[in-house]
Amino acid sequence: MSASERPLAVVPSWLWAALAFGLAAQVAWQAWRPLPATAAEDLPPAPRAAALRAASLGEPAAVSRLAMLYVQAFDLGAGNVLPYRRLDYGRLRGWLRAALDTDPRSDYPLFAAARIYAEVDDPAKCREMLDFVHEAFLENPGGRWPWLAQAALLAKHRLRDLSLARRYAADLQRLTSDPRMPLWARQMEIFIAEDMNELEAAKVMLGGLLESGQLQDPAERRFVKERLEELERRMASKP
Amino acid sequence: MPASLLLARATLLEARRSGLPWLALGLLAAALGLAVFLSQVAVTESRELQAAFAAALLRAGAAFLLATHVATSLVREANDKVLELALALPLSRSEYYLGKLAGYGAAGLGLALVFSLPLLLWSGPAGVALWGASLALELLLVCAASLFFALTLAQVVPALAAVAGLYLLGRAIASIQLLARGPLVEENWLQWLSRGAVDAVALLLPRLDAATKSEWLLYGPPSAAEYGMSVAGLVVYAALLAAAGMFDFHRRNL
Repeated sequence: MSASERPLAVVPSWLWAALAFGLAAQVAWQAWRPLPATAAEDLPPAPRAAALRAASLGEPAAVSRLAMLYVQAFDLGAGNVLPYRRLDYGRLRGWLRAALDTDPRSDYPLFAAARIYAEVDDPAKCREMLDFVHEAFLENPGGRWPWLAQAALLAKHRLRDLSLARRYAADLQRLTSDPRMPLWARQMEIFIAEDMNELEAAKVMLGGLLESGQLQDPAERRFVKERLEELERRMASKP
Repeated sequence: MPASLLLARATLLEARRSGLPWLALGLLAAALGLAVFLSQVAVTESRELQAAFAAALLRAGAAFLLATHVATSLVREANDKVLELALALPLSRSEYYLGKLAGYGAAGLGLALVFSLPLLLWSGPAGVALWGASLALELLLVCAASLFFALTLAQVVPALAAVAGLYLLGRAIASIQLLARGPLVEENWLQWLSRGAVDAVALLLPRLDAATKSEWLLYGPPSAAEYGMSVAGLVVYAALLAAAGMFDFHRRNL
């Protein structure tokens, strides 16, 4: 006990009781009150990016991420076996767009679109997210190519829409000059053309890739040459 | 007249003769002026925009003005030794505390009344009445918090910072709880611990996000159950703060 405090005995007994009762009432009241739940249908229309930026008071990076945290609280409770099925993807896209426009250097909205919301078991909703990723890629191909690569993989394997996957892969190949882009991403359009049984087109693209000078690594060049030779063998064996 | 009522009357008189009424009028003019300005640039829902904006600004402004008034008034009294003088009179510490709280609460009631009336320009009387009553109780809670922190911390800035922290947390805690329960949150012991900590803190905070909502002015009054829950939460927390404040005040060696 410090000199500025009097002993506890000076506190009247009714005040002890009032404090204990008040504390118990507060805790019981709060524990009893249900936490507001967010249903998928509750996702409100997205604000405009300009409004988010104005509300950020000069901290757009923080507000963009807070907006993403807000959005991700909707739908998918612990017992929800069909995640995001009831979410309005038009509104969701608006929120992702607003968050991305508020902080264009953030990967959060694109990660959420390509890795989370596009995994929904609903082809139309998946396409909506892939289209959002493609749209965002076209604005900044150098910085957002990994997300379009992911979108192309999803279009190929989840949607089984090879023409959509090829369109994304073609844009990836055509618009990205980032030397860090791995070989599998550069070759994606070729693989998809092979899957579509367009062997002639795949052969032309492989040859073009070899001649373009983009492949500096000898191992990569050897791998692509081997694939070209294998492709030529397949074409020769076809009736 | 009981001593605590006399003290409440003196506290209310002090509030009336201080700069508080002028600041309140200034805030009212600023809120109405800004609301009218924003309605001119809105392409739709101009009435709703004015009501929502003015209500939100007046609510936050009232809480700030009252918290500042209570903290500065109490710290000044302590510095001028008015507190010692008051306690030398035949007045118990509980009577002093409750008298002060009643006086500041009455000032809050006056502010709530003055800030509610202009909202009748854009909204129905039922919604405005419920909003105003909720604001009065919210301001009573703010008074109780300011009284508690000002007497405990005995300095203006720490007391105001504590009240502001409590108020902002009270308005944000439900959203924080929802974020902690988000579907994309990875389940591990750290997450479990942090969610438990957030839930524990929430038990000790008022749910200010559920009170004095501007949507009551826009879309009509809430259901009786919803309104009752929100104002009961305010009353319970104000009572808890008053009890905690009196407890601490009784222990102080003046």
